[in-house]
Amino acid sequence: MRVPIEWLREYVEVPAGATGLQVAADLVKVGFEEEAVHGGGITGPLVIGRVLTKQPEPQKNGKVINWCTVDVADAGGTGEPQGIVCGAHNFDVGDTVVVALPGAVLPGGFAIGARKTYGHLSAGMICAADELGLPDDGSGGIILLPQRLGVPADELTPGDDALPLLGLDRETVEVNVTPDRGYCFAIRGLAREYGHSTGAEFTDPVDALSAAAPAAGDGGHPVRIEDPQGLRGRVGCDRYVARVVRGIDPKAPVPAWLSTYVTEAGMRSISLPVDITNYVMLGLGQPLHAFDLATLGGEIVVRRAREGERLTTLDGVERSLFPEDLLITDGGERPVAIAGVMGGAETEVSESTTDVLIEAAHFDPVSIARCARRHKLGSEASKRFERGVDPQIAAAAAQLAVDLLVRYGGGAADGGVTDVDTTTAPAAITFDPQQPTRLVGVSYDDDAVAETLTEVGCRVERAEGLWQVTPPPWRPDLTTGPDLVEEVARLRGYEQIPSILPRPLAGRGLTPPQRHRRTVANALALAGLTEIISLPFVSDETHDKLGYAAEDHRRTTVRLSNPLSDELPLIRTSVLSTMFDSLKRNVARGFKDVALFEVGLVVAGTAGRAPTEKVGVHPSDEVLAAIRAAVPAQPRHVAWVATGDSERKGWWGAGRGADWSDAIAAALQIGRVLGVELGVQQSQVEPFHPGRCADIVLPDGTVIGAAGELHPKVVAAFALPPRTVGGELDLDNLSAFADRAVRAATIATFPQAHSDVALVVDADVPAGAVEAALRAGAGEHLESLALFDVYVGDQVGLGKKSLAYRLYFRSSERTLTTQEVNAARDAAVAAVDAAVGATLRGA
Amino acid sequence: MSGPNTNYDPVEVSALDPEVIAANVRDALAAIASAGTLEELKDARASHAGDKSPLALANREIGALPPTAKAEAGKRVGQARGQVGAALKTRQGELEAERDERILTEEAVDVTTATTLRRPVGGRHPVEMMQQLMVDLMVGMGWEVAEGPEVEAEWFVFDALNFDEDHPARQMQDTFYLDPADRGLVMRTHTSPVQARAMLERGVPLYIVAPGKAYRTDELDATHLPVFHQLEGLAVDKGITMAHLKGTLDHLAAQLFGEGITTRLRPNYFPFTEPSAEMDLRCFVCRGEDANCRTCGGTGWIEWGGCGMVNENVLRACGVDPAEYTGFAFGMGVERALMFRTGASDMREMIEGDVRFDAQFGLEV
Repeated sequence: MRVPIEWLREYVEVPAGATGLQVAADLVKVGFEEEAVHGGGITGPLVIGRVLTKQPEPQKNGKVINWCTVDVADAGGTGEPQGIVCGAHNFDVGDTVVVALPGAVLPGGFAIGARKTYGHLSAGMICAADELGLPDDGSGGIILLPQRLGVPADELTPGDDALPLLGLDRETVEVNVTPDRGYCFAIRGLAREYGHSTGAEFTDPVDALSAAAPAAGDGGHPVRIEDPQGLRGRVGCDRYVARVVRGIDPKAPVPAWLSTYVTEAGMRSISLPVDITNYVMLGLGQPLHAFDLATLGGEIVVRRAREGERLTTLDGVERSLFPEDLLITDGGERPVAIAGVMGGAETEVSESTTDVLIEAAHFDPVSIARCARRHKLGSEASKRFERGVDPQIAAAAAQLAVDLLVRYGGGAADGGVTDVDTTTAPAAITFDPQQPTRLVGVSYDDDAVAETLTEVGCRVERAEGLWQVTPPPWRPDLTTGPDLVEEVARLRGYEQIPSILPRPLAGRGLTPPQRHRRTVANALALAGLTEIISLPFVSDETHDKLGYAAEDHRRTTVRLSNPLSDELPLIRTSVLSTMFDSLKRNVARGFKDVALFEVGLVVAGTAGRAPTEKVGVHPSDEVLAAIRAAVPAQPRHVAWVATGDSERKGWWGAGRGADWSDAIAAALQIGRVLGVELGVQQSQVEPFHPGRCADIVLPDGTVIGAAGELHPKVVAAFALPPRTVGGELDLDNLSAFADRAVRAATIATFPQAHSDVALVVDADVPAGAVEAALRAGAGEHLESLALFDVYVGDQVGLGKKSLAYRLYFRSSERTLTTQEVNAARDAAVAAVDAAVGATLRGA
Repeated sequence: MSGPNTNYDPVEVSALDPEVIAANVRDALAAIASAGTLEELKDARASHAGDKSPLALANREIGALPPTAKAEAGKRVGQARGQVGAALKTRQGELEAERDERILTEEAVDVTTATTLRRPVGGRHPVEMMQQLMVDLMVGMGWEVAEGPEVEAEWFVFDALNFDEDHPARQMQDTFYLDPADRGLVMRTHTSPVQARAMLERGVPLYIVAPGKAYRTDELDATHLPVFHQLEGLAVDKGITMAHLKGTLDHLAAQLFGEGITTRLRPNYFPFTEPSAEMDLRCFVCRGEDANCRTCGGTGWIEWGGCGMVNENVLRACGVDPAEYTGFAFGMGVERALMFRTGASDMREMIEGDVRFDAQFGLEV
């Protein structure tokens, strides 16, 4: 909301020298955030000038400029007329104009100096309205002061300061109005708040207007409200004031003060009737609508729309109406306006309108809010109605509009006044005067509480114990005790609130999954991976590119109805799927060796339909269960992706490219740091290379993820570097398994023995199976084993491979003998032979 | 050699002649002193102290002497051998020290070559680390960490938090709705639904922070992310006031941004709190002392987040009796806090995943 300070001054006493910044600071204190301060942007000499000579001079470029001399008295410093070049033509010798002299700075930081142009030394500029940031007054260019100000030319003295004459010394403060404060979308409301903040005296403009407004009576334009159903139990329109002014001069100009106010407040000056309705809305907060009376045939009926009805609104758009829309109709049949949102084109005030019907109504906020949303048609009127308009100012607002139309439009007001009024007084709030102290933590005595609430406009009925507090009609937001508490705290000042640390209950610290997540992320970072946070939006095409089959459960997710980009309407089911852009970005920026990881939520499973419950109501157990059940499962995953070297080349020698084994090692490392020995199984799962992919399994056999080299088609589809590798794990699953206290084993100190075996097996036997058999057969003294060589070639024959293991043995009770170690080794070999068929190499 | 000489003539045993022994010792010492390497010393040892050295041979002759002469000759030879042995030991030590010093010198490397790392250095994301830092400060005060889903029921995101379906505030949230729009699910616009979940699941009294992602339909630019991180705090207990809110925020501000950095509460509106406040942070750059400060625009204060006393409707919806309990809640952006703390100026860098962004910080912010 823009607040021209001069307008504010009309309703509240603002100190003479108050700057925009000061006024903004005062409004911030009572809860209105400053957005900007406008105006006051022109400095330096801007004076009245009288054109003495005007010599047109055609230029080579086809333009004609005027070489003028202008009387600015002593303002030019010499007392002589100033020579000025001017490109505009809508003025003549003898005209009184505005001159910016050297030293002036115009809006946008445009500095005026004496400069050589078109062969003359031009000592300033004759100003047009737009050059000064002013609305055009119809002159079509250069400002002609007598016409603009409506004063005779001989009252304007050359050389005098033009800034105040044009209101250019005026400032406008723009503040943000929170959605609970509908009354502050008006100068009236903000003037009241300025008074609260500074103690300045506020004069409610509505008081005098209400007194002046004639009582409703016979002869007014007939109005009927037909809304038996209402919406959420409330009638759509509970007040409708109609006033008629006839015989308005359609050519009547808009007085400068009015167009200035309207423009400063951020709206366009259009015509006298339109500017007057906007002025009343901006000043008092009551949206008005002006109908061309000649286009209305019968009584005004306010009703809901019917199926199939249409209306062309004054923005020229033909709109299909929804049955819930509240309409203003002519005679009950023809829609002429969407109530409180926008008027119809057929009945709008035009350049030939002489008789006007002014509507000042009060519409239900919910009805207007839904209607504006349905039509995606927010207007200045709907914005105010949905935030709450004072229902008691309709007559006063209509009176102000009528007064102005009569005065500036030359019209005459009808004696008949229509006022359909079914408004009810605001309900009293039962209020504990101790509640402000209890909630805010500042000790407010009863007198202070009563005084503050009265200042806000409440009627306070004090009593022993609970009070009855009736809020003023412009504060529909005040409905509960805490609402009143905020008023007390706000007006007394939030700065009075002391700073006290609460004493919480003893906490339990982080949960195991919360700790695990940190450990895993730190471990990956220390292993050389960089954490990223990617945007979790994907598409069906992403899933295609990942090679997911049509029935792949990872295609099941939720779809946004209003995505930022139509190309990415889904929420990810895999963290890996959103990491490729970052990988490519790093490579494109010159980093060839990149290893990234991310921890985040994914959607896993179907979403239901969530019921809801009204605000302030605790849902039943059944409803709560249904709400929870509708939310899809969202486990936390960790994923990683790498390209380039995992060990760099350098002066020390060769590097080593990140390969499928690095991707699997990352998974095992994640398990290790949580004390879980994860297993690796050959697998074929998208988006991985079918021959270079591992399932990652918990010791209990549960598969919790996969890792390996990405499928060449996936690499191609996402334009990744060749042989990019990656992996992904369900961290929640791992965390649940890791969530147990480790039992410490005694560390054996007897000597370690080892024995090597090279086993020849069929080429398709996985090393994992051989290793499992070795472990099973080697007996209790096997401490660990390591695969140290894999050989395929002539020495073992076609279709075979040799796997060489070193087995480490140790007893916790004694030194093992050579015979014992050899027996354990032989048993291990026999177990492998039994399991997968194996011979000792060289045997 | 031979057996005991029974026909002895001491004069004939020239090897035991004192002068001959002295000469042998002189020769030995000279050879030892001139040995320039451990190899040469080894040769000198063999020649002058080995089994076939003159002194060793002399020693053998002692047995052939008559008992009367044995003692004197034995003493003479023993002293001579001891003298040679000591010289060998000393020279051995000297030469070993020289050798060791030479080897260490030869093994010297240019340690400044090791500044090129063989393995890439990883890093944690600063936003995660900032969030962790904020969480740890709260946990240190006894608060617990609560979490919830990002795809969330509208009831938790709005209705439970007193956003009426027709209230303009609900439209101002720039919500991502899930298709179909009437299924009652949204991407959470704040982490506040976790408040409601925590109250329902844990009951009161309750002191929790809810960190995590929030979603708004904001186009990506330097100061807006469609997916950002929030830290929400909720305290519900008997006797909680706005003063406790202010105390908690002041503590957090001082810990995150420096001693003496306090907060200011300013009236504002949020559906889920009443009274509501905007919290401003004392400008950590100028501390309110520079009218031309670019960080705060000369106002001395920077907007930090929203807060207030939990609206009675929120307590009711979550099964808490507002007559018995009061509470406060606050919410702040983690990215914004990171910008304040580190001077990072463009939020886009936080989601681009450029390794250099993390690398600046290591595992701390």
